[in-house]
Amino acid sequence: MTPALQITDLRVSLSGNTILSGINAEINAGEFVGIFGPNGAGKTTLVRCIIGTLAPTRGSIKVLGLLPSQAARRVGYMPQGHGTFDSTALSARSMVEAACEGDGWGIPWTSKKSRQEVDRVLEVTDAARYAQRPFSVLSGGERQRVMLAQALLGDPRILVLDEPLASLDPKNQGLLIECVARVKERTNTTVLFVAHDMNPLLNVMDRVMYLAGGGAALGKLDEVVTSECLTKLYGSDIEVVRTQNRVFVVSSEGGVTETECAHHDHD
Amino acid sequence: MINTLATYLSYEFVQNALIAGTLSAILGAIVGYFVIIRSAGFAAHALAHIGFAGAAGAALVGLSPLEGMLLLTVGAGVGMGAAGDKVNRSDMAIGMVLSMSLGLGTLFLKLYSGYAGQAKAILFGEIFGVSHEQIIKMAVLSVMSLGALAIFSRRLLFASIQPRLAEGRGLSLSALSMAFMAVLAISVTLASQVVGILLVFTLVIAPAGIALRLCRSFWSGIIVSVILGVIAVWIGILLDCVTGYPATFWITALFFVIYVFVESYCRFFTK
Repeated sequence: MTPALQITDLRVSLSGNTILSGINAEINAGEFVGIFGPNGAGKTTLVRCIIGTLAPTRGSIKVLGLLPSQAARRVGYMPQGHGTFDSTALSARSMVEAACEGDGWGIPWTSKKSRQEVDRVLEVTDAARYAQRPFSVLSGGERQRVMLAQALLGDPRILVLDEPLASLDPKNQGLLIECVARVKERTNTTVLFVAHDMNPLLNVMDRVMYLAGGGAALGKLDEVVTSECLTKLYGSDIEVVRTQNRVFVVSSEGGVTETECAHHDHD
Repeated sequence: MINTLATYLSYEFVQNALIAGTLSAILGAIVGYFVIIRSAGFAAHALAHIGFAGAAGAALVGLSPLEGMLLLTVGAGVGMGAAGDKVNRSDMAIGMVLSMSLGLGTLFLKLYSGYAGQAKAILFGEIFGVSHEQIIKMAVLSVMSLGALAIFSRRLLFASIQPRLAEGRGLSLSALSMAFMAVLAISVTLASQVVGILLVFTLVIAPAGIALRLCRSFWSGIIVSVILGVIAVWIGILLDCVTGYPATFWITALFFVIYVFVESYCRFFTK
């Protein structure tokens, strides 16, 4: 069976700086992989290579056995952040409609088929009940579920989510993760989930990809997120602390590095 | 009152003004919608000023002001589109180009004749001076621009709302940006024939901005924008006939009142 994602000896340099090098990874269909790492470790760079908007300097990326640009229609992508439409009344639904068949020619007329597809994805992310309201008045959590709905258009085989949890409170983080996990279970979609904090994802991840120092480690949580493995990756002393089913990555200087000490009590 | 209006409407220069105004308003309202969504308001403003240099310089090389303006704005628009988002949204880069263009425009005017009337017509528009021939040119340009938009507006809307996503689906943001800026350049040029270069905002930004503040879907926004633009231009021209105060003043005043009303409504009643 063709792997969902195959990365071979990937190297990416941007304006002379090597961001990623010697990355190898194979991710199977239906896997939920969390992608973590410090700021500047190349998480978004890797995402851009996967969705085909950035060409690798060396090595190759195969998405569903195809070049990323050829597989674009089968990959659902949720970019980091979203535009600001603060001064407009444009509804969340209109935004999703614009994205549906947005790569076609002609005038932006939404066909009946597209409208049904938009209804479907908004239902899946539980965003239908507020989708008629302007995007600008929605809360952070509501906006992210609209963006997730957008990524689900066309029933993609792979979901690439770039920091969808950023600036969400624990409750909304939970809702979004639940939603992604549900989609994955139902349709066996491969999920690549970039996040800053791995704790909210501990229960749903199959494997972890940790980026640091230009390299990457891919494996089960217990294999990758260990003091030994991360020390090698960072090239400096790193300690992994586990307590009450939560994971913290602590640098030798004593600061908690990548995994914030956020409280995840769902109350 | 009705009789006076009927008399004015029978004059050819009033009819021409209404036709030219309607064409500019429709194009401005539709293109303006994308300008607002793309936050390219300042770029649109700058294009108009670049047009000033073009219109003033046209006489030097034997072109009509319309042709000179069209040439320079379309060229600059495509250039700005190619330069990418960083430049298009940079206040500094646009501001510098804008002031340089105005400077060049004043130089060209001096070189040509030093005649202030020419400058006034270019800057503030001369709606009642539009000739039959100009109207035909404007109609052709409007149809071309709307035709171009009809071909790529689906992609443009997607790329304007969700650029990262659109890029991921294989759309070329810079190609779309260049095509759009060319269309914007044409509509800015047409609008300036009616309201002048300084007041292009009135037809390109105001109707679309107000419509986007009120309408939740793309099509309702476009329709409201066009209706607002056309009605304001008609009222402005007719009030000019009746009162003798310039149409440009009436059009801008009308939009300002609507804007204040809509803005207060949005602030106080939709929270």
